Amino acid sequence: MTTPASAPFPLRRLARVLGLVVLLGTGGFWAAKGAHPGWSQNRVPHPQVDEITGIEYVTYEDRFVPGVEVLAAGLGLAAGLFAVSFLFNRNQPARTQ
Amino acid sequence: MKRHLLLALALATSLTAAPLSFDFKDPKGVNAIQFHLDSLLEPISGTASGVIGTVAFDPANPAATAGKITVATKSLVVSNATMTEHLQSPMWLDVAANPEIVFELTSLANVATTGNTTSATASGKFSLKGVTKEISVPVKLTHLAGAYGKRLNKPELGGDLLVIRGEFTINRGDYGIQPGKNEDKVNPEVKLILAIVGGAPKA
Repeated sequence: MTTPASAPFPLRRLARVLGLVVLLGTGGFWAAKGAHPGWSQNRVPHPQVDEITGIEYVTYEDRFVPGVEVLAAGLGLAAGLFAVSFLFNRNQPARTQ
Repeated sequence: MKRHLLLALALATSLTAAPLSFDFKDPKGVNAIQFHLDSLLEPISGTASGVIGTVAFDPANPAATAGKITVATKSLVVSNATMTEHLQSPMWLDVAANPEIVFELTSLANVATTGNTTSATASGKFSLKGVTKEISVPVKLTHLAGAYGKRLNKPELGGDLLVIRGEFTINRGDYGIQPGKNEDKVNPEVKLILAIVGGAPKA
């Protein structure tokens, strides 16, 4: 018999909370890194103009910018965790003592 | 009398002047070919910066311009590392077997010069992935006299610059790049934008 304060966390709820953490974490990471609406970038292009010739050219900065596939992967993982949560009984404990 | 002699000398010199040879291995590393093609989600854009070559250009006779520009295939990059790997792989450009993309200028037509800028249609042999085709490309050539040293912060060097700009479209299938494949994901038309500068140091 456990007391309410030390009641085991049901696996169903744990999976859902983890899914929410993954969803918010991925979304937050994607937004914080610039909310790039395209594919991920490993190098970020910076347009430049050569002063004398007026030629427009591109330099690259080595920096990772997550794209929508990162967001989709996070969403997929969160959805997976949510789906998995249904495999557990409503009151199944995460661990037994 | 002396003025007439000097004028005649200058005229004779200009008439007999050899075309200037411009080296397109840019010491400032600005030269690149930009490419764009439509794709799922967003256009694929990238650059090829390994540009070398020489162009012989005579400001008094731009129609006689000739030369060859070579681009190192392995210098083609896009922002996404995986896409760059695919682009350079045997399925697409096969960088190992085709290390160079070449445009050899054979003639200029429809030449019109205004100030230091010449507009023309450049015809020549374009080689990509082992396939060579005759193509015609609208180009603009801008001759910047005396700007070579100035651009390198060494005005005492003198010399000239030649800027070549052009924009054209090729069909990747014509050059054996996934012909007829993945056209729903990657557009068969590839837009190429050329903006390069060559230098001719003062002899």
